[in-house]
Amino acid sequence: MRSVRIGGGLGFYGDSIRPALDIAERGDVRYIAFDHLAELTMAILEKDRQRDGAAGYTKDIGPLMRELLPVTHGRGIRLVTNAGGIHPDGARAEVARVARELGIRLRVGVVRGDDIRPRLAELRAAGAELRHMDDGRPLEEVVDRLLFANVYLGSRPIAQALEAGAEVVITGRTTDAAQFAGPIVHEMGWAWDDWDRMAAAVLVGHLLECAGQVTGGNFSGDWWNLPDMDRLGYPVAEVFEDGSAIITKPPGTGGRVSVDTVKEQLLYEVHDPSRYLTPDVIVDMTGVRLEDAGPDRVLVRGVRGLPPPPTLKVLMGYADGFMGVGMMGYAWPDALAKARMADRIVRAQIARFGIQAEEIHTSYLGYDSLHGPLARPVDEEALNEVYLRVAVRTRTREEAQKLGRLFPPLALDGPPFIGGLSGMAPVRELLGLWPALVDRSLIEPFVQVDVEEVG
Amino acid sequence: MEVELRALCQARSGDKADRSDISLFAPNPAVYEVLRREVTAERVREHFRGLVAGEVRRYEVPGVLALKFVLDRALGGGGPSSLRIDNLGKAMGSAILRLRVDVPEELLTDAALPPRSPRGRVGLPPVRRA
Repeated sequence: MRSVRIGGGLGFYGDSIRPALDIAERGDVRYIAFDHLAELTMAILEKDRQRDGAAGYTKDIGPLMRELLPVTHGRGIRLVTNAGGIHPDGARAEVARVARELGIRLRVGVVRGDDIRPRLAELRAAGAELRHMDDGRPLEEVVDRLLFANVYLGSRPIAQALEAGAEVVITGRTTDAAQFAGPIVHEMGWAWDDWDRMAAAVLVGHLLECAGQVTGGNFSGDWWNLPDMDRLGYPVAEVFEDGSAIITKPPGTGGRVSVDTVKEQLLYEVHDPSRYLTPDVIVDMTGVRLEDAGPDRVLVRGVRGLPPPPTLKVLMGYADGFMGVGMMGYAWPDALAKARMADRIVRAQIARFGIQAEEIHTSYLGYDSLHGPLARPVDEEALNEVYLRVAVRTRTREEAQKLGRLFPPLALDGPPFIGGLSGMAPVRELLGLWPALVDRSLIEPFVQVDVEEVG
Repeated sequence: MEVELRALCQARSGDKADRSDISLFAPNPAVYEVLRREVTAERVREHFRGLVAGEVRRYEVPGVLALKFVLDRALGGGGPSSLRIDNLGKAMGSAILRLRVDVPEELLTDAALPPRSPRGRVGLPPVRRA
């Protein structure tokens, strides 16, 4: 039976590069795909581009290509990534620079057309309201504060770039799964309206897009038994003509691929498993079956597909104020009581000094910072230490900085037996998210695929 | 008898904007039926009171013996605008494991339940000797 093997090289901007090299060297793959973009990443990249017009893509693309191209180029392994962020052409220039250093010439494809910020006025004039898709609020509320606006494109332009001979494909905001579905559909020659097979391609992409999360990372089962997590293997899929697939990983790597590790990733961040909406297909996972197919091998089958909706998802991000934060550790005895007293001091000072905080959030690290009010009350005598963390939401950077300044004096002026004051934490800019829907007909005619030789 | 889900289930959680998305996995069909009966959207909403402000929806995925919960207004404003340490809700999956359910004692055997802690059968009654 015909098949194609593809690897998941990375799960986010900042992830490790080494596992992708394991896949290139020992994974026996035709493709390695990389999902670089999360919601927050787009805002980071926009800030980069404001500082430097040549930036706006994920900066790890240079080191990634420097490691991988010497291995993949000779073996005919093709690379697909959405590392282009808000500046895919800038990413291609960086790949070209690395290729020249390596003495390699290769064809690099770029997909454009997801970034609609320059087209917002035109789109709204054409009837795209871009209301918040969860609560219907009008875009006017945030339009002056927008940092980015990108449509989630599907796998078709990626497949087009591969058809045009691209050895590396760089896109902006294509969906996570499209990095994988594009190569799979291209390689298998599947029809774009063969909905069950499209769903199979997208499902494989969904399973691989978070890389280590399907091979033992974040595994909630018997995590303490997972072997060699210091060299976790990233996933490889072998996809077959009938739409079934084997999920596995390169030999000699750590972690585990089992029904139990794969099922956790199957449903990850999928809201309605019977209707997982993508630009390519609506995926119905309710009939998916996972079967043990040997050590570190799981067979996936039974996914069904339906035609995709007439709209595409847009994700916009807007400036939403600032977060100031301060932290201080308190030692046994009565660590929690001391931290609570310090919280009362800080809150009283916020009021006395008139710091304009729209929200104040207190948590006690080591006690309730992750589960909040669900944390179980503890025997306070048994707590060896607790860290107080206070965060505020403010309109301006200056107000947020004032919160940080309340913490250093606690080293001398508050409850006793402190530790862990490590200077003032930097103020963080907060980012509001604005998901919306837009008609495909307003977007797809503007998608461009452009392949050129570089190096 | 009543046990915490931590003794029975795998779980994983993620986010989309201010929504948290929690998957709960049963180790076998019998426990899956218990989850379907006991872990309703209403109970999950009640369980997360104080941490989650919005509605809870539940979806069933029988092929992998899983329940999926989607929690609205769950993350203090959404990952990049939340003041919380767990702004992405990665720990929400462990928080649901605190929920207590009524399980027939015959399902709580070593053979039926894989260990859920490196410390052994934590959260389960002592193994009965034949």
